[in-house]
Amino acid sequence: MLKTEGLHYRYEGSESELAFPDLRLEKGKELLLLGASGTGKTTLLHLVAGMRTPTAGSVELAGQAFSTLGTADRDRTRGRHMGIVFQTAHFVRSLTVGENLGLARSLAGCPDDEQVIAGLLEDLGLAHKLHAKVDALSVGEQQRVSIARAVAHGPGLILADEPTSALDDANTDAVLSLLRKQAERTGAALLIVTHDQRLKDRMTDHVELNLHP
Amino acid sequence: MKAARLARRNVLHRPLETGLSVLLLAFGVGIISLMLLMQRSLTEDLDRNIKDIDLVLGAKGSPLQLILANVYHVDVPTGNISLAEARKVMRHPYISEAIPLAYGDNYELFRIVGTEPSYPAHYSAEVDDGRMFEAPFEVVVGQEVAAATGLALGDTFFSAHGLTDGTDVHRDKAYTVVGTFARTGSVIDQLILTPIASVWGVHEEVEGADEEITAVLLKKKNPLAILTLPNLLRDTPMQVALPAIEMNRLTQQFGIGIQTLRAVALLIMGLSFVSVFIALFASLRDRRYELALLRTMGATPRRLFSLVLYEGLWMTAAGIVAGLLLSRLGVMLLGQVLSDRFHYDVTQLAPVAGEIVLVAAALMVGAVAAGIPARSALRIDISNTLGQGR
Repeated sequence: MLKTEGLHYRYEGSESELAFPDLRLEKGKELLLLGASGTGKTTLLHLVAGMRTPTAGSVELAGQAFSTLGTADRDRTRGRHMGIVFQTAHFVRSLTVGENLGLARSLAGCPDDEQVIAGLLEDLGLAHKLHAKVDALSVGEQQRVSIARAVAHGPGLILADEPTSALDDANTDAVLSLLRKQAERTGAALLIVTHDQRLKDRMTDHVELNLHP
Repeated sequence: MKAARLARRNVLHRPLETGLSVLLLAFGVGIISLMLLMQRSLTEDLDRNIKDIDLVLGAKGSPLQLILANVYHVDVPTGNISLAEARKVMRHPYISEAIPLAYGDNYELFRIVGTEPSYPAHYSAEVDDGRMFEAPFEVVVGQEVAAATGLALGDTFFSAHGLTDGTDVHRDKAYTVVGTFARTGSVIDQLILTPIASVWGVHEEVEGADEEITAVLLKKKNPLAILTLPNLLRDTPMQVALPAIEMNRLTQQFGIGIQTLRAVALLIMGLSFVSVFIALFASLRDRRYELALLRTMGATPRRLFSLVLYEGLWMTAAGIVAGLLLSRLGVMLLGQVLSDRFHYDVTQLAPVAGEIVLVAAALMVGAVAAGIPARSALRIDISNTLGQGR
């Protein structure tokens, strides 16, 4: 599903260039990217998601060149094939929970389907929040809704940025199993980026990022 | 979800900022549209009533007053003139048609005007019900008069002295309604017409030296009339005034006020566009995450541009619609006041040509005011915005 090769990135005005290990992730598999702060975890995630353009190297998504596409094409491809859970949950505040999920589907080109959205919220124990304003959600609910949004359009790849760093052990397990369950349901690959060492023991496969000089 | 729909939700999500922009624009558009509507009503009304009257003969005094009193029936007359003297002008070879008018009294503030059947004929007023007045103290009433006073065929009434109040009622001579005019849209609707002799207060029309009338509406046969007649009247207590020129002068004097009002309205509209601009810019700063998020969910930069543009256009369109409704409301209120005080009907709510230009211009400026913030949505860096540090 995902293949990166020789990814390098240099921030504007910075002397050093970040170099990243190559990643390979098959459909239905999971991978943990582990690294302390400053190792460029989020940068790598953004490179994978096509939100930044690498200075060298390439990203391939579902067998297609991804990092070399134009901005608009990358946006469309990302919308269709990826679901991203960000560290902080953000929503379109003028829309309800259900409409936010519907928006993710419609931007990905999926047909309107109330059943899918209702089912998904049901799954996450949020069925009663379908028509709630996103501002009215608790932080924990917001995170679950952002997971729901990341999978609402059945993406092939789910990216999660520090999904557990603010949670206690019990909730870490809960969120991880939630992500796994959703990935399993759609047969998606799951890539988690974190500095949270607890996840190392809970996941089968991991790549460690080292601090750059 | 379509960009237009999301834009509407976003705009409604910020009711205060949106409300201010819409309110300002509504007032700007409303004032200008109100002026356009009033201007149409007035010019149509003024032109309809001038209708081929080239000159008005009357007592010396303000020529504008002479016109207002005798063509539009809104001001008091300048005084009376002798019918015998007036006849000299009426029979002048340069004059093709002459309609004498003699102001009598009023009935419930509607003016009773002594004249000849040629006067209603001039405005193509036809007797709807009954017949034309023939004998003194027979009257034919206009539509508005009939509607307001309830006067109908066969009714009799006493007139009140003068034009402005109904306190001093003449009890000696009763007028009889012998007909009503069909609606003409001209001053005839507001008048009670009767033979001149009724005004003189006699039953038999007699040619005498002391008979007086108020004015004569003249139609020229020869353009030279406009030059010759004033000379002819120099040493008499009479004058001729040109309705077209006097009304032109009047509207020009109105013009200064109208221009000031228009400038104020344009200023308000300008402010409203600044307000749309600021509302969008501020909301974009607050919503940087939202916009970046939309990109990660598959929205292209161009889609964000149209989203913000739609938000601006929603506000502009709401302001325009509210403004046009506001101006209609204003016309109805003003129309009520004017028809109560002057028996003038200005209530025309159909769109004016100028309003199409107004709407198009407002939409265009609105698009520009929204376009600048929308451009900044094109350039948003999604990684930096969502990254929260590296």
